[in-house]
Amino acid sequence: MSRQSNRGTESKKMNSELFTLTYGALVTQLCKDYENDEDVNKQLDKMGYNIGVRLIEDFLARSNVGRCHDFRETADVIAKVAFKMYLGITPSITNWSAAGDEFSLILENNPLVDFVELPDNHSSLIYSNLLCGVLRGALEMVQMAVDVKFIQDTLKGDSVTEIRMRFIRRIEDNLPAGEE
Amino acid sequence: MTVHNLYIFDRNGVCLHYSEWNRKKQASISKEEEYKLMYGMLFSIRSFVSKMSPVDMKDGFLSFQTSKYKLHYYETPTGLKIVMNTDLGVNNMRETLHQIYSSIFVEYVVKNPLCSLNQPIQSELFRTKLDSFIRGLPFFSARAG
Repeated sequence: MSRQSNRGTESKKMNSELFTLTYGALVTQLCKDYENDEDVNKQLDKMGYNIGVRLIEDFLARSNVGRCHDFRETADVIAKVAFKMYLGITPSITNWSAAGDEFSLILENNPLVDFVELPDNHSSLIYSNLLCGVLRGALEMVQMAVDVKFIQDTLKGDSVTEIRMRFIRRIEDNLPAGEE
Repeated sequence: MTVHNLYIFDRNGVCLHYSEWNRKKQASISKEEEYKLMYGMLFSIRSFVSKMSPVDMKDGFLSFQTSKYKLHYYETPTGLKIVMNTDLGVNNMRETLHQIYSSIFVEYVVKNPLCSLNQPIQSELFRTKLDSFIRGLPFFSARAG
């Protein structure tokens, strides 16, 4: 991102291959640094979280989306506005739980895995786990505690990639300590 | 027409930034105390407004005015609060405050990985940009009036 660009709310289009390849390099490096895939998954989630915490501000500034009143609205915004803005794809929303606190995002194509084939010795690696962290971090900043995980992945032979999102609770804001 | 001062608070009530342009009357308390007092009042107004409102609200608390000045309030869904005091001649500031959020705060604080998001903003770049933005507002005039 160039700092001099005086872009208002229009987004800068860039080639996603750069992002995809950078992400691939990141995962590769993590696989070298850590003994097992579980730790790589954890690191990816943590990095994603840190990205999400900042990304949400950029998203709100650009999209002018207000507060969501329910989880369905949240799902819509994530799939139709946010995924479109940052990854150029629109996942479909399915499998609502009866209580309306769980849904799935179905990604026909996951831009992160364009050039990837999982080797056999990384069967428990959740390659795109960064996305889970991003979603969790971003939603936490708008006072929603959610649980995000991949339950299907084309890299592992499934026909689609499916991210499951579960609403845990609303995070209440409270007065800082020491206020009279 | 004039802009007096501006506060930015994070979701936990930390005063991330304060700047003033035409402030003739200083509070008789320390800045720290003043930020706390300000945040406490805003927090109370927010909950007051949401409890007292007879109808569903979209934006909630927008501004209040006294005989001499007007306080404009803007809050993002992430809980960032931008508060600006002006004289009574200034009308709706929502658009301007949103601009401060999107083109200055997000651009020079959120996108700067070295800026922590829950501590007072140290970035000189942010300060400069904010200051020139405010000075460029049509209703900013530094005359002592």
